[in-house]
Amino acid sequence: MRIRRFTEPVFESLIKICGYSSGFVVLLIIVFLFKEGISFFGSSPVEEGFTMYVHASNPVKDLSAAQIKDVFDQKITNWKALGGADQPIERFSLDELGEAFTEEQLGKDFEFLPKCIDSYMDSLPGSLAFFPSAQTDGKVKSAVPIKIDKITVGKFLSDTEWFPTSRPAARMGVMPLLLGTLLVSFFAIIIALPLGLAAAVYLAEIADERVRKFLKPVIELLAGIPSVVYGFFGLVVIVPLVQSTFNLPVGETALAGSIVLAIMALPTIITVSEDALRTTPRAMKEASLALGASQWQTIRKVVVPYASSGITAAAILGIGRAIGETMAALMVTGNSAIMPPTLLQPVRTIPATIAAELGEAPFGGLHFQALFALGCLLFIITLIISLLVERVSAKRIN
Amino acid sequence: MEFPESNEKRKKLGQAIMFGLSRGISYGIVALLFLILFFIVKQGIGVISWEFLTAMPTDGMTKGGIWPAIVGTVYLVLGSMLFAFPVGVMAGIYVNEYAVAGPVKRFVKMMTNNLAGVPSIIFGLFGMALFVNQMGFGASILAGSLTLGLLALPIVIRTTEEALKSVDDTFRQASYALGGSKLYTIRKVVLPIALPNILTGLILAVGRVSGETAPILFTVAAYFLPKLPSSIMDQAMALPYHLYVISTSGTQIEASRPMAYGTALVLVVIVLIVNIAAALLRNYFGKKVKMN
Amino acid sequence: MANKLETIDVNLHYGDFHALKGISLAIPDHSVTALIGPSGCGKSTYLRLFNRMNDLIPNTKITGQVLMDGEDIYKIKSSKIDHLRRTVGMVFQKPNPFPKSIFENVAYGLRVNGISDNSFIENQVEKTLRQAVLWEEVKDKLKKSAFELSGGQQQRLCIARALAIEPTVILMDEPASALDPISTGKIEDLIFELKNQYTIIIVTHNMQQAGRVSDYTGFFYLGNLIEFDKTKKIFTSPSKRETENYITGRFG
Repeated sequence: MRIRRFTEPVFESLIKICGYSSGFVVLLIIVFLFKEGISFFGSSPVEEGFTMYVHASNPVKDLSAAQIKDVFDQKITNWKALGGADQPIERFSLDELGEAFTEEQLGKDFEFLPKCIDSYMDSLPGSLAFFPSAQTDGKVKSAVPIKIDKITVGKFLSDTEWFPTSRPAARMGVMPLLLGTLLVSFFAIIIALPLGLAAAVYLAEIADERVRKFLKPVIELLAGIPSVVYGFFGLVVIVPLVQSTFNLPVGETALAGSIVLAIMALPTIITVSEDALRTTPRAMKEASLALGASQWQTIRKVVVPYASSGITAAAILGIGRAIGETMAALMVTGNSAIMPPTLLQPVRTIPATIAAELGEAPFGGLHFQALFALGCLLFIITLIISLLVERVSAKRIN
Repeated sequence: MEFPESNEKRKKLGQAIMFGLSRGISYGIVALLFLILFFIVKQGIGVISWEFLTAMPTDGMTKGGIWPAIVGTVYLVLGSMLFAFPVGVMAGIYVNEYAVAGPVKRFVKMMTNNLAGVPSIIFGLFGMALFVNQMGFGASILAGSLTLGLLALPIVIRTTEEALKSVDDTFRQASYALGGSKLYTIRKVVLPIALPNILTGLILAVGRVSGETAPILFTVAAYFLPKLPSSIMDQAMALPYHLYVISTSGTQIEASRPMAYGTALVLVVIVLIVNIAAALLRNYFGKKVKMN
Repeated sequence: MANKLETIDVNLHYGDFHALKGISLAIPDHSVTALIGPSGCGKSTYLRLFNRMNDLIPNTKITGQVLMDGEDIYKIKSSKIDHLRRTVGMVFQKPNPFPKSIFENVAYGLRVNGISDNSFIENQVEKTLRQAVLWEEVKDKLKKSAFELSGGQQQRLCIARALAIEPTVILMDEPASALDPISTGKIEDLIFELKNQYTIIIVTHNMQQAGRVSDYTGFFYLGNLIEFDKTKKIFTSPSKRETENYITGRFG
């Protein structure tokens, strides 16, 4: 008895602590996700430890990551296109210096690097140079470091290219990924919603109890199959099917992703909308039948409208699941960040990008942080969806 | 008042068409499930053998077995449940038995719902940031289990809460009337009655955890390990990740297809067993618990 | 006065439960008949015989005859059930407007039965809303959701909804039990008005209400019809002791 008087409060406080565990975990997720994700913003898109220089006489003093990439992709070859004088852009880095100077001239630890850069650059007023900051910072006389726009939230969201590993300046625009994710998810719901709703109506209003008892567990089973198995099924069945049906060069497309995600969203949509349909008061259905309406008219004009908020919640929830789905999307969508994404081309979704790239991104680097920023974005989207679902389902008529 | 007679025919026809359509769609969905299952069973059954289940993979994972992936998944399931089960059950007890209706309870429930809605890849990111890096566990069974445990937490909390909610209040009152303290009542009266339903939740959580891939990508999963993990700080292979890698990467995707079908079948069988076990448990004890 | 409705030795089983035990009763045209009795006595089940609402509950078995204008409504073709339900209006215990506008609630019965002439529908909606003494209160907000009305208004809307397809019989299942006294009074006045044109059966728990609005009263107990007579007679000198016990409040 005395022991219990001592242990009970201990247990009860333990229970209380555990009670807050989910809130605590959500908080931790936010902290860790955003800690990495936010440090991404405000950093320079130029590879860490490197600085870009232009000739001191060059009127162009700042460039964007997109411009730099275009220069290095040789899409832009003249300073005129960047608002400077009409002279060709000469890109040069250690590689070019290595050809122009001997190892001796450069120095064992590149200690003569600034001098070499100076002598090289003097003759080339149109040069754009790219060198390790440590050996060159403040030591190059003929050139000035160029200002490169920092990464901002706005640019992250609006930039239309995702080349996180391109050098010297990475392009990390979330637009193609976001649009790809939304395209795949929304199209999945466009497929799944009518089918799921029809099945929910059948289960809630038409099927007799015996049939329902058979169908319900089967549909729950559909929800239990791991996403990697769906992805695999999609890969070996849906992808070839899509490819041959539409006569495409590759079957891994947004459409294949949508079909697989639609199958995966069905159980959620069916279960949630069936529950909503079942809340229709019997008296309301009877009132409709008593007016001479057929059972189907009653379903279409009374039951479905009455359950509309629940059905909306089901659709939103389904979209949320589809947006966050990783493995199946990764395995069947083809993973290329094409802009703008279309149904019959490969697309790349946000979760699939994180899954595919995090393993290769050096820890703590810009790319790593960018993927956490993607995670933050995904988290915010799913949070909005949770809140939306809560609001919609709270908005019950009556 | 005159009602057009033609309307009756239209009504009947419309109803027949729509009922037929919704029945067709429902059975179509069921057929789709069976198609998926049948396809995987048909392709995978020939691969399943004692050797496949108990041998190490060989020849660049195109031959041999999936033993290390099975072992890894078992470790991960055990590890995650070791964490999620006690914490989740206690959290469920808190929500249903201790928390007073009001903003705090609403907040806790909302957070549980939010956690359940967090995509699994976010758990992967988070597990990597917290367990692998911050806490320094590295990619290990420990980090993977904790990550999966967090993912399973809301499932366990919710099912526990539901199970406790279904215990009639008269049981509690009877115990209080006999002088039982709150905790004593929960331990000796409420929990035993709710146990079957709580266990059902546990089983479902096991099913979910055993099939998850995204959370383990960066926290534990290894592409290939020549030997079994020997401590919780080791990396491990796991069934879902194994299926992912042999079906998408590597140079011998075609050659490892049979292995992939076999692995998919093993995963599907686990899911089937879990669902059937949960259903049996619910049916068997469901009748026993209903006392009034 | 002719009998609008009649049941002859009707038995109804829900599975094993014997809900109505050999009920024989004739209900005169253009009258209000109240069905009273304790909860679970079968009065609502009896009411729902007349528009075959009991058909919707699985495992229901009905024997005996249910006649309307002399025709057995359980012998008609199943395709005629909708037709039957058009001629029998029903008002439920709780106001249950559809999740639609006030106008569309009243128009519902017309639309589902194939009437598409909008000016006719508009006239009919106004006419029945006036009949239900609701027109003045809602005429400026016909497009608003029916859920915005008060409980009493909702119930009158449900009555208007039932009247719009011009039934000859109106079944009322405790139509005022969820309403406040003022709304109840309005509903009772309305019932009084309606009886000139319709045959009304009303199930009620409220003895005073039965006394106020009905011409005839039937007392049900445990699935049996104990007594049926003019309301005045039932409430002043019932012939059965059970009836007397019930109406004097000794049980139930």
